[in-house]
Formats: sequence, structure tokens, C-alpha cells
Amino acid sequence: MSRRGWIGFAAPAAALFVAFWLLPMVRLALMGLDGRDGVSAYWTVLTHAQYWRSMLNTTLLSLAATLATLVIALPVGRFLARHPRFLGRGLLVGLLMFPLAFPGVVVGFLVILVAGRQGLLASVTRALTGSPLVFAYDMAGLFLGYLYFSLPRTIGMVTAAAQQLDQGLLEAARTLGASATRRFIDIELPALAPALMAAGAMCFATSMGAFGTVFTLGTQIDVLPTTIYNEFTNYANIPVAAALSVVLGLVTWAVLYAAHSLGGARGGAAA
Amino acid sequence: MPARAAAGKLEFRLGLAATLAVAAFLIGPVVLSILAGLTRNYFVGLSSGLTLRWVAQVWDLYAVTIWRSLGIAVATLAVCLLVGVPAAWALTLKRGRVARAFEELLTLPVAVPGLATALALIVSWGTVGDLRSSVAFIVIGHVLFTLPFMVRAAAASMAMGGLAVLDEAAATLGASRLHRFLHIVVPNAAPGILTGALTVLTLSVGEFNLTWLLHTPLTQTLPVGLADSYASMRLEVASAYTLVFLLMLLPLLLGLQWLARRSS
Repeated sequence: MSRRGWIGFAAPAAALFVAFWLLPMVRLALMGLDGRDGVSAYWTVLTHAQYWRSMLNTTLLSLAATLATLVIALPVGRFLARHPRFLGRGLLVGLLMFPLAFPGVVVGFLVILVAGRQGLLASVTRALTGSPLVFAYDMAGLFLGYLYFSLPRTIGMVTAAAQQLDQGLLEAARTLGASATRRFIDIELPALAPALMAAGAMCFATSMGAFGTVFTLGTQIDVLPTTIYNEFTNYANIPVAAALSVVLGLVTWAVLYAAHSLGGARGGAAA
Repeated sequence: MPARAAAGKLEFRLGLAATLAVAAFLIGPVVLSILAGLTRNYFVGLSSGLTLRWVAQVWDLYAVTIWRSLGIAVATLAVCLLVGVPAAWALTLKRGRVARAFEELLTLPVAVPGLATALALIVSWGTVGDLRSSVAFIVIGHVLFTLPFMVRAAAASMAMGGLAVLDEAAATLGASRLHRFLHIVVPNAAPGILTGALTVLTLSVGEFNLTWLLHTPLTQTLPVGLADSYASMRLEVASAYTLVFLLMLLPLLLGLQWLARRSS
């Protein structure tokens, strides 16, 4: 039977995507080719230390936030998967997942409530030591925000993967005398690797492009999204903003793609 | 084996402690925010008394952004349903390389930072008619960002339960494509479509990355209003506004959790 007619069902989505995303994106990429004084904005971006620094800051911060998220989410996800029934588990999971839908702006505000000038940490440390601890408005605050943002999603993904673990394999290793550490390194970690990879890629990508949290904490923090925003609104330098957006988009997409194919290949090898 | 039982107990306690600590990290700030929004004077503390004054003030100042955000979310959902559900069915039936590539392409607006998508929309469509100053401009951005979630959720539901075979059977009996789609595919994929719909509403109501560049002073949405209040209002008002936003999210999130539990 002919199934060609179904293509019509995908046509509206395809038209929408091409008209409002693909073609505008191509145009944006081309706009980066011209710039001020006849120099391509891509060249400007690649030859100025300030943009490299901004890119480096963004990448390092996103990597650090991703690693910290994975390290924290792993024991929590394992715990939730291993204990499917205990008193209050439903409530606990509900609390862990509640911030899932918070946008970056709200996360930024929560960071200010904890580590800002009038935040919880500031009043506690002022009472204890006399000098308030404030770190909401720089890289440390942004790191805390990205950690907060990524944890619920990552815990969900790690829990789901840990529930699929072959318990028989772990039991066999135990009877054969493998220590808890060995079982973790040789069985659990390789089995969870694809999920960790996928979750890590997602954390990294959202941290790279997130704008709401930085915007709330203060646009002085030197990361790429703020640089793009400043070039666009404060300097009206659209070619440079376009070139930076394209570079940021490419880097983020490349990381996601690499993790996707790497995770997929590993998953295939493990199966 | 008492040693193993003791080790198991220790492991449970350690795991529980870690999980509780993470939950405290995630929920503590939310509690702070709720308290700040209901306290007469946050800097004095709870002893200054509780009040709904700040919530009322938020309603006076920002009610329009709340209604606008709801309207945008509903419009976004309508487009996602009309465009995304048929696309999901086409992708369920066609499993070729072109279909895979198309599915991959559709997710690009999620993978690529929202700022880039917003800039691209502005340089290409910002000068067309009155689009730039209308709410439709924001709806377009939200559709690009939420469509992949609708397609994925609907397709996941459609792939189950031999729906393709059922559809073939109806086809041999002479039912038209549209008839089969509306009377067989959509009802059977309802749980996935519902999950997709709630996801679209949740994402649209909270979207900021795109909206911040796409909005104009007359098309402020709730998250844009939130950013505005964080920058210029006293902490109590900003907190009360956050509280209103959380109350809006709550039914959507509970609905999603209920659906997830039902399907598992």
C-alpha cells in the first residue's frame, strides 16, 4: 500500500520550520559575513581576545556545572532506583522534580535569595562572623544556578537508567566475591554510562545557552550569552551578535551530537 | 547474613541522607521565596507578620502579563496540535533516513541557544508588517521551541499498540486518510498527545531565552515581567510574583506527574 500520502501530514510542520527557523538561521549566519570596516564579523570574533575569553568562561563554567551535577545526581538516582518503596518516597520525588519547570530567571532569583546581598547565607554569616558571605552576582552564583537548574532533569534520567540495571548481574558479582567498589566500577558505571552521557550533554547544552539566570544575576558576568545580548542591544552590532550566536549554536550542537553518537555507540556495545 | 543486612541499612541511610540534602537544596530556596512574598517586611523577618498585600500589588501591576502568557501558551498549543500531531503520525509511519533527518532537524531550535533563534527571527521577520510588535511574533518563537516536545510525546504514544496495523485494516475497508487519522490515530494516541500538550503549556508559560529578545513593551509575558520585577521591585513584590507563577505551574506539573504514573 502506498504510504506516500502521509508526507502531506508532515508538510505543515516542515513549512513552519523552514520558514521561521532554517531560512532565518541561514540568513543570520550570512549576516556574520559582513561587518564593520569591511572585515567579516567571524574574523573579528576569532581575532579578539575578549570573545575568546567569553567563550572560554562559558565552556569552563558549563563543564564544571555538568560534572558537579552528574556527581551529585548519581548517588541520588541510584538510591531512588534501588529503593522503589519506602515511606514518603512519592513526596520526596515530587519535591526533587518540582523545580523541573522553573525558567532560568526564577532560578537566578532563588540564587539571590540564598547567596545575594540580603540572602540567607549573608544573614547567617553576618550573625556568626560579622562579615556577610555574598557570591550570587559572579561566576559562583551562576554555577549554583546551573547546578540547581540541571539537577532535577539529571536525577530523573539517572533514576530511570538505574532502574533498568540487571540486578542478576550485580548479584552474581557479589556471590563471586566482588567488592562493592568493584561492582560499581565494573558493572554499574558502564551500564549507566549512556544515560550519564546523555544527561551530561543536556546539562552542558542548557548551561551554554541559558540566558535567564545570568540576566537576573547581572549582565556583567562575562559569558557568551551576555556578550551576544550586549553586542545586540547596547552596541547594535548585529553582525558580531550574529557571528557569536552561530558559533555558540555550532559548539552546543556539536557537543550534543558527539555525546549522542558516543552514547549510542557505547549503548550498542554494552547490549 | 547479618553483616550484609547491616551494610544494606547503612547504604540506605547514606543514600537517604544524600537525597534529602539535595531535596533541601532544591526546595529550601522555594520556601524562602514563598515566605518573602507573604511577609510584611522580609528584612525584619516573619515577626513583622504575614500579609497578602504584595500579592495584591503584583495583581495590580502584572495581571496583564499573566493573562497574556496564558493566551500565548494556548495559541502555541493550538499550533503545536494542528501541526505537530500529524507530523508525529507521518514520522511514525515513515522510518526512512529522510524522516530521521527531519526529526533531528525539528529538535534544532531546542539544541541551539534561544538567543540565536530569536536573533534569526528578528533579522528575517522583524520588518515584515506589524509582526514585530504583535503577540504572534512570540507565539512563533514558542512554537519553534515547543514543537519537538509535542512531536516526540505524540509519536511515542503512536508507536505503541499496533496502531499502524489498525490503520492499514481501516484503509482496506475504505476509510479515507483523514478519517482514519481523526478516528483511529488521535484517540489511541491521546495519552501521548495530552503529555505533549501539558509539556508545551509548561514550557511556553516559562519561556524566557527567546521571549526576552522577541518581546516589546506592549507584549511583555510573565517571565519577562518577572525579570523586570527582579531588577526594579522590592524583594517582597518580586517574591509574590514568583509565588503567583509557581501557583500557575503547579496544576500543569501535577498533571504531568499523574500522566507519567498512569503510563508506568
